[in-house]
Amino acid sequence: MAETSLSNPAGLRAWLLSAEPGSRLQARLGRAYLGWRAFARNPLAMLGLAVVLLLVLVALLAPLLETHPPLSGGDLRTERLLPPSTAGHWLGTDDQARDIFSRIVAGARITLGVVLLVSIIAMPVGLLVGTVAGYFGGLVDTALMRLTDIFLAFPRLVLALAFVAALGPGIENAVIAIAITAWPPYARIARAETLTIRNSDFIAAVRLQGASPMRIIANHIVPLCMSSVIVRVTLDMAGIILTAAGLGFLGLGAQPPLPEWGAMIATGRHYVIDQWWVAAFPGLAIFVVSLGFNLLGDGLRDVLDPKAAK
Amino acid sequence: MATSQAVQGGDGRFDALLRLARAAGRFVAMVTVTLAGLLAVTFLIGRVVPIDPVLAVVGDRAPPHVYERVRQELGLDLPFLQQFLIYCRKALSGDFGTSVLTTNPVMTDIARVFPATVELSTVGVLIGILTGIPLGVLAAVKRGSVVDQFVRVLGLVGYSVPIFWLGLMGLLLFYARLDLVSGPGRLDITYDYLVTPVTGMILVDSIMQGQWEVFRNAFSHIILPAAMLGYFSLAYISRMTRSFMLSELAQEYVTTARVKGLSEARIIWRHALRNAAVPLVTVVALSYAHLLEGSVLTETVFAWPGLGQYITHSLQNADMNAVLGGTLIIGTVFVFLNLFSDLIYRLLDPRTR
Amino acid sequence: MTGKPLLEVENLKVRFHLRTGTVEAVRGLSFTLGRERLGIVGESGSGKSQTGRAILGLTPPPGEVRADRLVFDGTDLLTAPRRTLRALRGGRMTMVMQDPKFSLNPVMTIGEQIVEAYRAHRKAGRAEARDKAFAMLEAVKMRNPARVFSLYPHEVSGGMGQRAMIAMMLVTDPDLLIADEPTSALDVTVQMEVLRILDELVGARGMGLIFISHDLKLVSSFCDRVLVMYAGRVVEEMSAGALARARHPYTQGLMRCLPTLAADVRPLPTLLRDPTWAG
Repeated sequence: MAETSLSNPAGLRAWLLSAEPGSRLQARLGRAYLGWRAFARNPLAMLGLAVVLLLVLVALLAPLLETHPPLSGGDLRTERLLPPSTAGHWLGTDDQARDIFSRIVAGARITLGVVLLVSIIAMPVGLLVGTVAGYFGGLVDTALMRLTDIFLAFPRLVLALAFVAALGPGIENAVIAIAITAWPPYARIARAETLTIRNSDFIAAVRLQGASPMRIIANHIVPLCMSSVIVRVTLDMAGIILTAAGLGFLGLGAQPPLPEWGAMIATGRHYVIDQWWVAAFPGLAIFVVSLGFNLLGDGLRDVLDPKAAK
Repeated sequence: MATSQAVQGGDGRFDALLRLARAAGRFVAMVTVTLAGLLAVTFLIGRVVPIDPVLAVVGDRAPPHVYERVRQELGLDLPFLQQFLIYCRKALSGDFGTSVLTTNPVMTDIARVFPATVELSTVGVLIGILTGIPLGVLAAVKRGSVVDQFVRVLGLVGYSVPIFWLGLMGLLLFYARLDLVSGPGRLDITYDYLVTPVTGMILVDSIMQGQWEVFRNAFSHIILPAAMLGYFSLAYISRMTRSFMLSELAQEYVTTARVKGLSEARIIWRHALRNAAVPLVTVVALSYAHLLEGSVLTETVFAWPGLGQYITHSLQNADMNAVLGGTLIIGTVFVFLNLFSDLIYRLLDPRTR
Repeated sequence: MTGKPLLEVENLKVRFHLRTGTVEAVRGLSFTLGRERLGIVGESGSGKSQTGRAILGLTPPPGEVRADRLVFDGTDLLTAPRRTLRALRGGRMTMVMQDPKFSLNPVMTIGEQIVEAYRAHRKAGRAEARDKAFAMLEAVKMRNPARVFSLYPHEVSGGMGQRAMIAMMLVTDPDLLIADEPTSALDVTVQMEVLRILDELVGARGMGLIFISHDLKLVSSFCDRVLVMYAGRVVEEMSAGALARARHPYTQGLMRCLPTLAADVRPLPTLLRDPTWAG
């Protein structure tokens, strides 16, 4: 039955919205479809999604989109600091006679990479700390949460600075430093969620079947914490981008000649009065992408976490 | 003494006192643990640095026996835990070691630069409070109106724009093009050394010494970076004010106030805002703390000789003592701001007394 | 209880325009009130609370109030300027709400709130307003008015809070008091005490009272007249003494739902609801 109705779109919708799903997969897809419909009604959230998708697309297709080589410049005597839209340089050139547009396109890869790596490192750490603290309670909880509080007591950028200072400048160390400062809020959220689930009957049932604590946490608690943590991570992505750019601006993140947007602003800083475009466009790129992640995160929160939405 | 009097005063009062004492005890314990944690983190960061602190002192061509003597002087041959305890004791007495860059004790340096940061952040947060709270209140009262949309956009932009870039663009527009404000730095060179530092905050010192010219110049320098920082706290404060006010305006006591025939203005500002002010205290303290953080980037852009610039300068010169000292100071200020906001919270909300 | 009516309501309609459609909370309510006690009874959602709020001009934002006539002592409440309405509210007509835990401002002392109510309508100095507040707190049988004056709402019990609320609402000597479920949030033991105080004050001052409640028995023992509302309309109006002779099936249903000691009713009757009553 499902096969016949899947062939046309109306049938697909009916299958997704079926009140009696035939399989777990159908039920899950149905929930996802409902969530998507709620999300799609919010134009700002859709705009955010479009910006983020654009970022991904640009990052994937960067070599095709670049009009000039992003790392090596042109003639230093004639092509330095050209204003926008001269001689095929849409956004002008920088002090090394490199095309700013191509550098921004290439920088999309770095930005996306930083965001993904930080989330991939920080999210599991936060989830682990939070769920373990929440599930076991008692001394474990106190110890882990104190640790979390200590990390939260530092301003993020300053702590990241201190870590980069210790590890040495560079994009990899910047990622590690940001990840180290990013996990505590996720741990807090995961712990709060765990506390609400840990005493429920289905957990007790699994425990009676003899499942080990680690198995319960990994298979039953973590999946239920995921949606709120994902919302938080999405909302944090703008912050991650801004912190990475800040480190780059201070010369502690990506090192030259990498086209990292924050570092590009740092270069443009010396020319801001007379050649404004060198600093202006990378900053605009950071702004647009951060805004996209913020809009997307707001939209996701409304769909996945109606409690927190105001 | 006080306790025995309280017992005579009645059981309720004694209970309240006991509760207060317990809360205070928990508080002190929490602050102690957090501070110890801060120290541990900075200590560990100091240990993983690939820079050899001995080499930093003696240089890389020193003979082995000199190297060994300095190593012992620095206590680097002692067991790890003992090193940490020594570090704690020194840090608590304000000894963060010597800055390689300036050759001064780090604490002396920080004491010199910190007032500039406090001055900048304070003016910034004042701008944020004075604009953010009224805007947030208006957005909540006129929900869905132009003001509300405006506050939403302000907030979104504030959460998305890199502060250092906004600072650069501000300099470009307001200083270079429009010439409305003065450029980087705290004062024009001609006004340097006219004011004796007392508090270290030029705005305050110049008023105290009646140097109005200096005050005007200092103001024209501080206004742009402070407005940039103020914008970020405005974005945060207005958004939070709006959401607190929305929940307060839906409360039943607001209907009571209307039944009493009070004016809308009085209902909004005296009744609802006074209730919203309770959680707002925490928000303001938090945004003040974040301005201290934002100052690291802003001070670099505006050549503002404060703690932020000190930390970045030290970073770029691998001056670890200075970096960690500065980090520790900012962390401590963070902890105490939280503590302070909690105290004010208790003062404002009679239910927590 | 004679002479010109205090309040005239004719064909009152309260509507809420929501995104999901229009909800009609009150649909053509009419009554007149003298200096008497009128009870309005109905289940939740019957529109009784919205009636009280509409009279005071406090219908919340998406709501719209219409009536052929809504007149308080010669003032047309629908066309009067806001300033006049504000002077009437709190000055001549007031309301006591359900739960003092929510209806009193948590960060102001009880005294401050009473003084504020008084000074909003009378040109009075602080000292005078304070004396008035003390007298009012005494009138609602507070044992230690001076102490209650400086207490915060969370520091008093529900019964005391509601008495403070009554004191605050009557401090300006209003002509009309709307009591919207004034005792439903209180412990049973203090309900009667609060009602007795309310009864005494309303009687002594010769005020008009609209007593809104879901409790038919309570209303009939407390009021002169009773309106029974269902789905935004009056289904029956009668004098309180004539309750036993209620003709409308809804009223009879409400009556039957009350347990009696004399007879063991099985099965317990359920309330019949007929959509045609609303139509």
